[in-house]
Amino acid sequence: MDTEATKTAQSSGAGDEINDRLLNELVGHLRSNRKALTEEWVGRVTEEQLLGVMTSEEIFSELTAVYDNYVDALETGSVETLQAYARDLSERIIPRGVETHEVVGIVLLLRDVLARSLFVKYEGDGELLNQVLDAYEPAANRIAVTVSVSFVEERERVIREQQESIQELSTPVLQVRERLLILPIIGVLDSQRARQLTEQLLQAIRTNRAKVVVVDITGVAAIDLTVANHLFHTIEASRLMGASVIVTGLSSRIAQTLVDLDVDLSMIKTVGDLQGGLEEAELLMGYGSAGANPADD
Amino acid sequence: MSVLISRQGDYLIASVVSDLSDSQVVALRSELIDRACALRARGIILDVGGLDVIDSFVARSLRSIALTMRLRGAETVVVGIRPEVAIAMVQFDLDLVPIHAALDIDEAFLLLEHRIEGNSEDER
Repeated sequence: MDTEATKTAQSSGAGDEINDRLLNELVGHLRSNRKALTEEWVGRVTEEQLLGVMTSEEIFSELTAVYDNYVDALETGSVETLQAYARDLSERIIPRGVETHEVVGIVLLLRDVLARSLFVKYEGDGELLNQVLDAYEPAANRIAVTVSVSFVEERERVIREQQESIQELSTPVLQVRERLLILPIIGVLDSQRARQLTEQLLQAIRTNRAKVVVVDITGVAAIDLTVANHLFHTIEASRLMGASVIVTGLSSRIAQTLVDLDVDLSMIKTVGDLQGGLEEAELLMGYGSAGANPADD
Repeated sequence: MSVLISRQGDYLIASVVSDLSDSQVVALRSELIDRACALRARGIILDVGGLDVIDSFVARSLRSIALTMRLRGAETVVVGIRPEVAIAMVQFDLDLVPIHAALDIDEAFLLLEHRIEGNSEDER
C-alpha cells in the first residue's frame, strides 16, 4: 500500500513525468553497462581497501547483487526489496567485522561511479545532464540512506540481542540446597546490572524461602566505591527480606581496595572462598534447625 | 484501625494491614511500646506485608521501635518486607542494622527464640 502511495505521489505533476522518463532511460543505461560499471565499482572499493575481510570473489559477487538491487530500486522507486537485501547482507557481514564506515563508503562509491558514467554519457548536452542528475540524485540519496540505515539497524539489533543474552546469563541465582542460594557475580557490576541482580536475588529469596545467600565475587575483577555501595545495598536488601548474606571470593586486591576506600565491612560476613562460604552457610542453617526443634537442646 | 496487635505467649504480633499515614505510624509506635511494656513482652513481631510502600519516615520509625524495645530488653523482628520495598529502603541512607528481619512469622519466632536465647547466654 505504502509503495503504491509513494509511486502515485511521485508520478503526479508534469515535472515528475519527465523525471520518470529520464529515470527509465537512466535505468536502461545502467543495465546495459552493468558489467563495466560493476567492475569499475569493485575496482574502486578494492583500491580504497574497503571490505578487507572478504576475498575479491566474494566482494565481486556481493557487489554485483547490490548493483542489481540498486538499479531495481531506482527503477521502481521502492526501496523495500533493497532494504530487505541490505538487512540480509548486513546479517552476513556483521559477524565478519565489517564496519559502518565501509558500508557507507561502498554505497557512496557506487553513487559516485554511476554519476561519473552519467557525466560521460551526457557530456555534450548540459541541459539533459542536469535533468538526468535531478532525477538521479534524490533517488540515489534515498537508496544510500536506506542501505546505511539498514546496516546500522541490523548492527544495533545484534548488539541489543547480545546485551539481552548477557543480561540473562549474567545473574543466575542458584539453589544449592533447601533455603540456601548462591549468587555468583561475574564481570562488571554497573548500576543497571546491580539493580537487576538485586531484584532477581530478592525474588529468588522469596520464592525459595532462602535463609542464607552466598554471594561469590571471584569473577569480579575490580571494585570501586560505587560498586561496593551497590553490593552493600544488595546485601542490606536481602537482610530486610530475612536472609543472611555471606560474601566470598574477595580477591586480595579487592580486599585491599575496600580497606583503602575506608569501607566499613564490619556488618558484612565475608569468607575467603566459596567452599568456606558454603561451610559457614551450613553452620548458619544449623542454627535455624536447632531453633526449630528446641527440644533437641 | 489498619494495625492489628495480638499477643502470643511472650511475644506481641502487630500486623499492618494497609498503608499508614505519618500520624498513624507515630500512634502505632507508642501503642506498641506501651503494650509491650504492660505485657512484659520479650519480643515484637512487626508484619509489614500489607505495606506497598515504606518511606523514609516509616523506615526511621521501624528503626526507633527496634531501638526503644531493645532498651526495654525486648527484640523486634520485621517480617514481610517485599522485594521492591527492600530495594527502596536501602536507598534511604539510613542505618537499618537495628532492624532485624525475617521472611515470615514462623521465621520471626525462630529468630526471636534464637536471639533471646543468645542474649541470656551472654548474660551468664
